Amino acid sequence: MAAEKLLNIEKLVLHFSTTHGPVQAVDGVDFSLDFHKAVVILGESGCGKTSLAKAILRLLPRNVAQYSGKVWLNGTDVMALNDEEYRQNVRWVGMSMVPQAAMNALNPVIRVGDQVAEPAMIHLGMKKEEALNLAKQMFQHVGVSEDFLVRYPFELSGGMRQRVAIAMALVTSPNLIVLDEPTSALDLLTQANIFNVLKRIKKELGTSFILITHDIATSSELADEVAIMYAGQIVEEGPAKKFFPAPLHPYAHMLMASVPRLRADQDPEFITGQPPSLINLPTNCRFAPRCPKRFAKCDQEPPVVEKDGRKVKCWLYA
Amino acid sequence: MAETKVVKEEKKVDERKVLLGIQDLRVWFELRRFGFGVAGHVRAVDGVSFELHQGEAIAVVGESGCGKSSLMKTILGLYRPTEGDVEFDGQKISGLERKGLSWYRSQVGYIQQDPYGALPPFMSLQRILEEPLVIGGMRNREERLSRIHKVMGEVKMHPVEDFLAKFPHMLSGGQQQRAVIARAMIREPKLIVADEPVSMLDASVRVEILKLLRGLQETHNLSFIYITHDLSTVKYFSERIMVMYAGKLVEKGPIGKILKNPLHPYTVALMAATSDPDARNADGYKEVPPGEPPSLVNPPAGCRFHPRCARAIQGLCDQQDPPEYEPEMGHQVQCWLYQ
Repeated sequence: MAAEKLLNIEKLVLHFSTTHGPVQAVDGVDFSLDFHKAVVILGESGCGKTSLAKAILRLLPRNVAQYSGKVWLNGTDVMALNDEEYRQNVRWVGMSMVPQAAMNALNPVIRVGDQVAEPAMIHLGMKKEEALNLAKQMFQHVGVSEDFLVRYPFELSGGMRQRVAIAMALVTSPNLIVLDEPTSALDLLTQANIFNVLKRIKKELGTSFILITHDIATSSELADEVAIMYAGQIVEEGPAKKFFPAPLHPYAHMLMASVPRLRADQDPEFITGQPPSLINLPTNCRFAPRCPKRFAKCDQEPPVVEKDGRKVKCWLYA
Repeated sequence: MAETKVVKEEKKVDERKVLLGIQDLRVWFELRRFGFGVAGHVRAVDGVSFELHQGEAIAVVGESGCGKSSLMKTILGLYRPTEGDVEFDGQKISGLERKGLSWYRSQVGYIQQDPYGALPPFMSLQRILEEPLVIGGMRNREERLSRIHKVMGEVKMHPVEDFLAKFPHMLSGGQQQRAVIARAMIREPKLIVADEPVSMLDASVRVEILKLLRGLQETHNLSFIYITHDLSTVKYFSERIMVMYAGKLVEKGPIGKILKNPLHPYTVALMAATSDPDARNADGYKEVPPGEPPSLVNPPAGCRFHPRCARAIQGLCDQQDPPEYEPEMGHQVQCWLYQ
C-alpha cells in the first residue's frame, strides 16, 4: 500500500471525551508525505493540530473517546501494532517528536549529553560511551559545541535548549521528525538560526519533517508541502510553491491575507467570527459561518476535490 | 471595503508638543552575593534618550533580554531610574510622591502581553473595569457605568451588558485582549504603553487587534509606545522605530527610512531574519549573526554588537563605544561605520 511514500494517513480520527461531550479534535484527516520532504500543518490555536501530532505518534491522554484510522509508516501499518510493539519499533526509531516548548521538555537534573544519549541506549541498544559519541555528533549537526554535553539545561539559553531537543529527536536517526511549534518561544534571530539548522538536517541527513505551527511566515522557511487545518479537518493540502502564491480554500486565502508582511505594502485583513467549538460540530462545511463565498451547497459536507495538483475541501471547486 | 490604508504616513512631528522626554536614562539592578555586598550590576537600560510627542506612535523593537521591558517599566513608574529621568508633560516622574504618582498613573495606560495573565480570574469584567475608576476617585456609580459602557463600545465588545457579567476565562483570546485594552483606556490616558500586545494571539485576530489599537490611537490622539520583536507589524502601527540591543537604542528613525534603508548591522540582521510567507524561503539559508546577545552584567567593551558583527572594525569597534551619528535627517545610529 503506497510503498513509495514515507507516511500515509487515512481517515485518522482522535476524539476526546469530556463532560460536555466528545471533542472532535482530529476528525478524518488524510495526508501523505514523501521521503526527504517537509510538510507544514498550519492552523489557529484549537484547530486540533497538536492533537494530530499526538495521534500520529500515539501519545494519547486517558480520556480518548475514539481513536481510529490508518497510519502507514514506511510501508508498515503502525495502527495494527499493539502499544509495546509501537513503542519498540516506531516511536524514536521510526519517528520522533520535538514537543512544544521543548526548552522545558528537558529534565533539569540530568546532563544534556546524557539526555540526548538515552534514546540511543534504549532504542538502538548502544553502550553508554558509544551513545555519548553519537550525541556528540548530533550536537555538531545542530550547531552546539560539544563542551555543552556535560552541562545541565539551566546553563543553556532557550535557543541552545531547543537545539538540544532537536539533537535528541535526531539521535536514533528516524526517517521522520514531528516538530510542534519549535520556535514559538524564541527570539527572531534564534528562530532564523533554528530554521537554518533544520534545513541543513533535511539536506544532509534526508530527514522528513512534519512541522506544526500557527506562524505562516516562518513556516515557509521549511515547507515543501502545506496542509491547512480548520476545526479538526484538513481543508487544503498541496505543494508550498503553489500554495503560498495562491491558496484555494477561502479560509486559507483569508489566513494568508491576515499575515503582516515586511516587504509588501499590502493591507492585512482579519477574519471575522471565531472557529467553531470542537464539541457538537455541524455536518455542513465547518468554515461556512465565517465564509464570504458561501452558497446553498455549503449546508452539506464538502467533498475533497483535486485541483491543480492540490486537494481542497470546498464546494467552490466541486 | 472603505478601510483607510494602514501604512502610516510620516507626519511632521516637530510642531507637536513633547509629551515624554527621556534623557540619558540608566536602569541598573544590583546583583548581590549571598544577600550582602554588591557583586555587580545588570545594566538593563544603559543610556537611552528619546522624545515622544503628543499623538505620536513609536515602536521599540528588540529581542528578549535587550532591556525593552525594563525601559517600559521605568516609563510606567514601576522602576526608579538609576540615572537620568523620565519627564512627562514637563514633570519629572521620579520625584513624584503618592498624589503625583496617582495622577501619573491616570495619564498612562498599560497593555500587557499575556491578556489571560493580566486579568484577575476571580473578578467579573465589570469589577475589573470599575476598580481603576474607584481608585481614581470616581464616586458616582452611574458615572462609572457610563464610562465603562463608552470604553467597551470603543473596543467593540457588543453587547456590553452581556460581557460585563463575564469572567476572563469565559472570553476568547481576542476578547481578553480587548478587555485589557479597555482597562488601559478607562481613565482616559494620554500615553499608552503596549508590551507585545498581539504576540500571544492567532494570526487572524492579531490584525483585528492592531487595527483596533490604531483606531483608538488616532481618534483620541494618544501617544503610543509599542514594544515588539516583530518587525513585520510595526509599519502598520507606528511612525518611528527605535531598535534596542543590550540596553542601548542602536538605531532610531522614521519607519519608512529604517525599513528601506536600515543602517545598523543589527537592524539589517533583524530584517533579514524576518520572513514573509513565500515558498522560495525554503530554497536557501538565512544570514544570521552568530552567537547570542551579551550578558548585561559584563557587556563587551566597545560596541555591544561587535562580537556578532560581520562588519566590525578591528581596534575600534571592540574598544570604543560608538557615539550617535545622524547620517540622514532624523535617522540616528550608534555605529562606527557611519562616522
